[in-house]
Amino acid sequence: MTILSGSSEGFRHFRYVMGENLVTLFAFVLFFAFVFVALFGGWLAPHDPMASNTAVALKPPSWQHWFGTDSLGRDIFSRILVATRLDFGIALSAVALSFVVGSFFGCCAGFYGGWWDRITGRLGDTIMAFPLFVLAMGIVAALGNTVFNIVLATAIINLPFYLRVSRTEVNVRRNAGFVEAARLAGNSDLRILAVHLFPNVLPPMMVQISLNMGWAILNAAGLSFIGLGVRPPTPEWGIMVAEGATYIISGEWWVALFPGAVLMIAVFCFNLLGDGLRDLIDPRRRT
Amino acid sequence: MLKLVLGRLAGAIPNIIGVVIVTFLLTRALPGDPAAFFAGPAATPQAIEEVRRSLGLDRSLPVQFGVYLKDLARGDMGNSLTTGQPVVRELVSRLPASLELTLAGLLLAVVVAVPLGVLAATRPGSWIDHGCRLVATAGVSLPTFFTGLLLAYIFYFKLGWAPSPLGRLDPTFSAPPTITGFLLIDSLLARDLELFAASFKQLVLPAITMGVFVMAPLARMTRASMLGVLSSDFIRTARAAGLSRPMVLYGYAFRNALLPVVTTLGMVFSFLLGSNVLVEKVFAWPGIGSYAIEALVASDYAPVQGFVLAMALLYVLLNLAIDVAYCVIDPRVGLEQS
Amino acid sequence: MNAQQAAGSAVEAPVLKVQGLGLEFRTRSGIVHALEQVDFELARGEMLGVVGESGSGKSVMCFSVLGISDAAARVTAGSAVFGGMDLLRASESELARVRGREISMIFQNPRTALNPIRKVGRQIEDVLRRHTTTLADQLQERAIAALAQVRIPDPARRYHAYPFELSGGQCQRVMIALALACNPALLIADEPTTGLDVTTQAAIMDLIAEISRERQMATILITHDLGLAADYCDRIAVMHAGHLIETAPTAELFRAPRHPYTQKLISATPYGATALEELASIPGNLPDLRRGDLPACRFSERCPHVQAACGQVLQAVQVAGRHTVSCWNPQ
Repeated sequence: MTILSGSSEGFRHFRYVMGENLVTLFAFVLFFAFVFVALFGGWLAPHDPMASNTAVALKPPSWQHWFGTDSLGRDIFSRILVATRLDFGIALSAVALSFVVGSFFGCCAGFYGGWWDRITGRLGDTIMAFPLFVLAMGIVAALGNTVFNIVLATAIINLPFYLRVSRTEVNVRRNAGFVEAARLAGNSDLRILAVHLFPNVLPPMMVQISLNMGWAILNAAGLSFIGLGVRPPTPEWGIMVAEGATYIISGEWWVALFPGAVLMIAVFCFNLLGDGLRDLIDPRRRT
Repeated sequence: MLKLVLGRLAGAIPNIIGVVIVTFLLTRALPGDPAAFFAGPAATPQAIEEVRRSLGLDRSLPVQFGVYLKDLARGDMGNSLTTGQPVVRELVSRLPASLELTLAGLLLAVVVAVPLGVLAATRPGSWIDHGCRLVATAGVSLPTFFTGLLLAYIFYFKLGWAPSPLGRLDPTFSAPPTITGFLLIDSLLARDLELFAASFKQLVLPAITMGVFVMAPLARMTRASMLGVLSSDFIRTARAAGLSRPMVLYGYAFRNALLPVVTTLGMVFSFLLGSNVLVEKVFAWPGIGSYAIEALVASDYAPVQGFVLAMALLYVLLNLAIDVAYCVIDPRVGLEQS
Repeated sequence: MNAQQAAGSAVEAPVLKVQGLGLEFRTRSGIVHALEQVDFELARGEMLGVVGESGSGKSVMCFSVLGISDAAARVTAGSAVFGGMDLLRASESELARVRGREISMIFQNPRTALNPIRKVGRQIEDVLRRHTTTLADQLQERAIAALAQVRIPDPARRYHAYPFELSGGQCQRVMIALALACNPALLIADEPTTGLDVTTQAAIMDLIAEISRERQMATILITHDLGLAADYCDRIAVMHAGHLIETAPTAELFRAPRHPYTQKLISATPYGATALEELASIPGNLPDLRRGDLPACRFSERCPHVQAACGQVLQAVQVAGRHTVSCWNPQ
């Protein structure tokens, strides 16, 4: 793993991949742009995203309203900016939750085997037995229409990936020399897992995390599109597309197009990042 | 061979059990009083009590599970509040619409993605190769519902080529006699070409929307798999033996490359069944997805649970079919089992 | 090879004549000068052993003759004349007609070298169908006959076997059957015994030697095992870092090796034993073939007898009957 072994060598490799692959560099830049907007979107917005003004309803893009206005006269550009925080927040929390819980159980399963392994295996298999979006629908429908439940549902459906990856990586290294050495030196199991094994699990996980972020955003937007999760008038990309769906067919394209395009760009950015990270970490696995 | 198939069947059973348990938990995990949810927002306290009793919600959890299983075995998934009809009946009547859409999307995706992946692998570095990689990355980024709306906007509103996205069939047509439930097949069986053309036109945009999302993993997998196979030892032997290029590529390389692609189909179906719901909403397609969405809006929970269970069971069956197909294609599978 | 055969082959045109072959690989880290000025020829019925360390270019040379090199390979010079045709300049379709029919190749790791999901009998049929006019209903018969010729027990049943159901030795026999199905004039065997146990190795080599004799088929045996080459080959060619540095009839090579590298090789390998890993006695390493400043003689940097003259471009010098050396200071 070049990143962990020797940072100057790692940095050189980083520069090589970046130079080689302008697309990945572009994705990183885009990512930081999104993070910036997520953090400061509220202050950057030219209009109040919640202010409705029926006089200017459904106006096409203009200098006043760069992305036009929606059916209640709200400025779409402002709403998109503000929605960035919510969408990123949902995706980030869901993936973080999934990562923490999944890694913990996966590592234990890989390390101890036995019942740990069987139960996490069953858990992962049961979740994967459902078409994942459908399961998310079922969970949110059952638990209630809140943002927290969207995060929970998205975290649950992403769980199997982390369970599997961490289990495999730990399992493979369980009997390696350095683990034996650590054990003989008197380290507790937990310490071995946390300090010695887990850092080796991180690199393949980072790729997975980036790809999952993209997928989590799509998921959250999809759930909102069908009315689960985020409620109007909260600005969120998926819900904005849903609001625009009825109008696009009669020609008011901007209501749905801009949120959808931004959504697509965000997901695309995470996918490119994931690919770039994969090249960085393990070029052999390029597809 | 039969032993293998039975083995795979046996392997699917724990999944079915898991699915049933999870859907049961979901029905009982409703916050607040589940009985109130099933009785509906307009129910009187008496009605709620009745629902509670009839669903056995006043009993202990294991007993409830028993009741749930018994009901399922009878094919009883409860009734829809809005229509009063048994959920099962509605699901069965609407299933063919969803299946037709899903299969059309899959067919389209396979027909485009697999050749694209093969071509990209045999011409590395060419524009086809780059195009394939673009499709692979962009395809998974496009939100299905957005693609659908875009396509509807461009091809219906702007170009006028596609019919209005209002469902399976233009209202001026009447459906053919139901034999399979698939409009395309039924209209052909009824020898009504005009009807066939009309249903086909309605199917095009939704099917493309479905297909685009899954083209990406399929193209990517085919390309990677093909690249791997093309650099393998036995292909070198085939070339050294002077076998013709088509034989080497398709007879030898492609068949081997297909194996990982078949296993990818499992994931593909997961995406397809998920996108089904979104596409049905965009195009007002009368399948089980839109059934569930309408029920959600009306806070009608029995259909939603029924929908989740039905989709999950369908998915388990599809995965089983893929497993069996793989066993048939790859003669080495029996060896790995032992 | 007896004197009559030797006389006969000296008069007949060689089956394959390679002259001045040069090859390079274009890689991300530079151009690898894999082969340079390779000359050799092969007569009918003769078995030529090509020996050398890994990375010396033995397999690369044969791949380039058949035109199945890696996509990054470029032939920079030379010719390989077979049956009046220069293989290096032939079109892909002309080559496809030669491969499998006039020139065949067998590889190491026989199990991975066969199509894993196709019955072995069918694979032989594919070759027959491609290169012969055998009628469809006779294909199976001929395939089974080919399997019988390579001494596979119960060939009719083995026809239906998949590679994973056969042992390594049996897979190698299948590959040989595949290669010989159309009666080629030249067989190239690339380390055919690697990965097989010792008894099977001997059996496979005996089979190859016997069939070559029967059909008067020319054979190139690529191996890193000097002992194996000594036991079966009529002549041996020694390769080092992409150069073919010495060629001689087997007995002559062992009796009087002239190139310093060959001498080290032979003295480091007791006759009859196996691998060249004992080459630790030669100081230094193979030169990096990506260098732009490779010396004319690629052994000169670690040769104990190096002279000023060794900086000149190498030429093959005939030191005895059929014994040539590429060295300015042969010992």
